[in-house]
Amino acid sequence: MFSLSLASVLLAIAPLFLITFYTLSRGIAAINLDFFTQMPKPVGEPGGGMANAIAGTGILIGLGCLFGLPVGILSGIYLAEYGENSFGKIVRFLTDVLSGAPSIVVGVVAYVIVVLPMRHFSALAGGVALGILMIPTITRTTEEMIRLVPQSFREASLALGIPVWKTTLRIVLPTALKGITTGILLSVARASGETAPLLFTALGNRFWSTSIMQPIASLTVFIYDYAKAPFEDWNRQAWAASFILIILIVALSALFRFVTRSRTNA
Amino acid sequence: MHEQTEQSIVLSPKPAGGISTIPPARVSSRTSPAQGRNLGDVVFKNSTLAFAIVVFSLVFLMTLEMVKGSQLSLARFGWSFLWTSTWDPVHEVFGALPFIYGTIVTSLIALALALPLGLGVAIFLSEIAPRWLAEPCSFLVELLAAIPSIVYGLWGVFVMVPWMRLHGLPLLSKSLGTFIPFFRGLPYGFGMLTAGVILAIMILPIITAITRDVLRAIPTTQREAALAIGATPWESTRIILGSARSGIVGATLLGLGRAIGETMAVTMVIGNRPEISAFLFNPGYSMASVIANEFTEATSELYTSSLIEIALLLFVVTILLNALARLVVWSVSKKFRTA
Repeated sequence: MFSLSLASVLLAIAPLFLITFYTLSRGIAAINLDFFTQMPKPVGEPGGGMANAIAGTGILIGLGCLFGLPVGILSGIYLAEYGENSFGKIVRFLTDVLSGAPSIVVGVVAYVIVVLPMRHFSALAGGVALGILMIPTITRTTEEMIRLVPQSFREASLALGIPVWKTTLRIVLPTALKGITTGILLSVARASGETAPLLFTALGNRFWSTSIMQPIASLTVFIYDYAKAPFEDWNRQAWAASFILIILIVALSALFRFVTRSRTNA
Repeated sequence: MHEQTEQSIVLSPKPAGGISTIPPARVSSRTSPAQGRNLGDVVFKNSTLAFAIVVFSLVFLMTLEMVKGSQLSLARFGWSFLWTSTWDPVHEVFGALPFIYGTIVTSLIALALALPLGLGVAIFLSEIAPRWLAEPCSFLVELLAAIPSIVYGLWGVFVMVPWMRLHGLPLLSKSLGTFIPFFRGLPYGFGMLTAGVILAIMILPIITAITRDVLRAIPTTQREAALAIGATPWESTRIILGSARSGIVGATLLGLGRAIGETMAVTMVIGNRPEISAFLFNPGYSMASVIANEFTEATSELYTSSLIEIALLLFVVTILLNALARLVVWSVSKKFRTA
């Protein structure tokens, strides 16, 4: 049994190293300053970069945060402070269920809600899709972090005559802020790796665009397009983009694990 | 502070937050819920409640919007959409059977590979490994979940598919293919089997994490009792696995839910051919892949509506699987919490 389960652990961890090291090696070879500063060249011409995609991913994440953060944090506060009833149980259950929804389905919903009425693909629709994807993670992390704040803090504050709402906003929330921020970073990491919902909401853009009402480029959609292309140079750029993405996401996830673990051990 | 509370009893108080309230003429603290209601508290509670209601209604809203979007194909095809195998955009005949088949086949392959592996890893992490080894190993397995799906797809296209075409598939057809008809066909590389293998790598972390948590939730008294009556460590682990059975079922359901909804990695390696074939080496098509590939190229309202209907089907199945899995996993932890 020991050898079998040791073998399965090695077999399980092997792909992680295979994929990471392959991406890192291909990516490091492919990355250069052009990648960050240049625009994509016309089809077939070598060279060029992904400056608009990097900016686009940033804008989409920003929009996603705009839609997802208020909903996530405030409902997390509700669940932690006032949510010890059957409604709270149902909301927690639905949040968990929603976190398992496929990202492409969320993209279809954003298409129906935003793109169809606007008759236009736009960064706004992409932001809505990413926001919906971020909500479950943020809600759950906020609730957990607020629950970790000791009850004595609240009681001391109430004993001084501070109203409940002020206790939550000025005392509980700042205490839990570090954990909530890392939760937000985790959901940002996940959202920045999403491709499927952006395919038909933000669509993609080969030119520089920062307008919210126009289609916008993103790193992930670029990786998808460039990976399928028959041009060697485009494939190389796809590896460079994956390198960036993997570094960003794995670093943020590791940070999240590190911060939350030390918290629960304390 | 003390003065302020005294003043608030005597004078007409004004909360420091700036919202002035005229309280009922009582002596005790305004913020005691039994006595009076602070406007600030009511506003705050109801605002957070409003956002919680938004989250609550999100699932229903999503289903509703997708039903609205797929009205055309629901009206035209009805239930036969689920068992028609023609996908003909030119003649406007749409049926979801090839995609349902592709999704089921790739997910089952993924489960068949990931479940034993995940169980093995979970047993190692919870039973065998010492603390200093178990923590970094769980961390590494969870890092697998952090890698974005598109990177899996990229690696799949450039590394996995050529390897499968040159080594993996010929090996399989020479060994297992002689007596099992599934492992036959031309070794394209792109196909349902490759997609299943990549999916297995992707759902491994979720199965491992949940099974490990379930195994850890079982109190050590169970293991000690087994060892005390003379069981070997392997037999004791088998007994523990027996009690963790429903948790493992929950982990399987969650892994299945993840595998069904996975889009990008599958789209890039499955070959994208809407055909039903028993040969696993052949290309196929999954529900998520057809939406990703054809949504922006849908030429008619009916086409788009059929794709939205496929999305609706995907959503409903995933929601049901996730709900079932959460219920099962919750029941396991409840069983041992009350024990």
